Amino acid sequence: MQGAAEIVFDHVTKRYEGREEPAVWDLSLTVPAGEICILVGPSGAGKTTAMKMVNRLIEFDDGDITIDGTSVRDHDATELRRGIGYVIQQVGLFPHMTIADNVATVPRLLGWPKARVEERTGELLELVGLETEYGDRYPAELSGGQRQRVGLARALAADPPLMLMDEPFGALDPITRDRLQLEFLRLHEEVRKTVIFVTHDIDEAIKLGDRIAILREGGVLAQYDTPDRILAHPADDFVARFVGADRGLKRLALRRLDEIELEPVDGVPPDAPRAPGSTTLRDALSLMMAEGADPLVVVSAAGEPIGLLSVERVGRVLSEL
Amino acid sequence: MSLILFDQGPVIPNFGQGSKCETENHAFCWGWVRDHWSDTLQPALLQHVKLAVIAVAIGFVLSFAAALVAYRYRRADQPIGLFSDFLYTIPSLALFQLLVPLTGLTVTTVEVALTSYTLLIMYRNILEGLRGVPPEVKESARGMGLSRLQTLVRVELPLATPSIIAGVRIATVSTISIATVAAFVIPEGLGRPIFIGITQDIFKTEIIAAGVLAILLALGADAILVAVGRALTPWRAAG
Repeated sequence: MQGAAEIVFDHVTKRYEGREEPAVWDLSLTVPAGEICILVGPSGAGKTTAMKMVNRLIEFDDGDITIDGTSVRDHDATELRRGIGYVIQQVGLFPHMTIADNVATVPRLLGWPKARVEERTGELLELVGLETEYGDRYPAELSGGQRQRVGLARALAADPPLMLMDEPFGALDPITRDRLQLEFLRLHEEVRKTVIFVTHDIDEAIKLGDRIAILREGGVLAQYDTPDRILAHPADDFVARFVGADRGLKRLALRRLDEIELEPVDGVPPDAPRAPGSTTLRDALSLMMAEGADPLVVVSAAGEPIGLLSVERVGRVLSEL
Repeated sequence: MSLILFDQGPVIPNFGQGSKCETENHAFCWGWVRDHWSDTLQPALLQHVKLAVIAVAIGFVLSFAAALVAYRYRRADQPIGLFSDFLYTIPSLALFQLLVPLTGLTVTTVEVALTSYTLLIMYRNILEGLRGVPPEVKESARGMGLSRLQTLVRVELPLATPSIIAGVRIATVSTISIATVAAFVIPEGLGRPIFIGITQDIFKTEIIAAGVLAILLALGADAILVAVGRALTPWRAAG
């Protein structure tokens, strides 16, 4: 197992021929090993360019990008790419190969023995929630969501320390997207790769990112921080506008009731609404507003009251940090 | 060329020496086909197959190479396309006549002409097949670390196969048809019995028998290529 790698962008600049503005301008940021870094921004902000420079699908002009201290330029480009998982929005499965053969692409390029490839393929299909019998089917027989699961499995096949993902859930319907996002987070808990993930959707960035890099037009890094800190302290007007006027509510969506300090339970009003500890603060507040209730009773999985949440407490949580 | 006509079979007209089929000359006479299968029709059929196979095979190799060049270097497309267009527009009889002074009344003359007619169709189909590979498939191949050659062999060519097979089918069927004209140059192929039938006081049976064989050969070859195409592209039956 290769674990995860630290990625460093060191003053990276990229200009496309015939264009005045640089695509990426003096980008410096460090993605700690095992974290999910989301590159987000409006179109023309250079987020996909920044991502593709890591596996040298696009070559940069100045600066350097290192993976665990080694410059990407010190590797042969095709060798480098075999060591980096790559997932794109349109998935790009090979239509003429079965699902199993698609997943086995990189291990075979790396010359793994047949038995190991087969074992790994089965393991991965299971990991992304597809039954092994899907291995013999062709991509055309799968739904969009299933195809992207295969895309994920294929990118993870050779156990790369780094994954690059370009709007992987962008083409899916909202319900499938939501499910795959959650499964992606669960998967990441399990395999702990470093992930560089491009999206234009700030909500997706907040939901999935350990860190978010917000880029603005001209490829300038506007802010790089955790979702919570970006929502609490946007660096400037651009970031504030980009994350939206509801950034307070978005912050609430990052916290669950069982993660905050609740008020002690004494004298529970019998008609007070109840919510399990896994509810986000945002949903809890919405429930309180809808029911006209204050406080809300937080219950354990077994249904036992474990604390109370008042509107005032919600306000205090927001002012922390 | 008259020598060729005299080197086998009855001389025209038959002066009453011909078979009943020949003297009566009805629309079609099975007896003649039976009697002359082994000395006339079967050899002509086999020669015809050989003429067509050689032309399509050489044409395929040339078109394939040209299409790869044009796929890699876009600027090469137009000159190659215009050249194969030009060859395709020359009437076959005229092309034979043009080649005879260079290569004589030989198989070479026939094959050069037949091959020229396959180029346009196969070149275009191979190139379109390669260009039709979805960009996201090419991007993911590149992103996963397939080299250019690996992408071509493992991804682009397999995906271009349906279009390539379609080109080979058209080229094969049209070559089988055009190859009948080869009888003007060499005494080979199904064109020869037709040719003899026409000169021999329009002997209908021989013309029809050879013509029908040419049609059946074209249909058979097409059916085989369809089957080959299906076998090579099992994924197309899915979904």
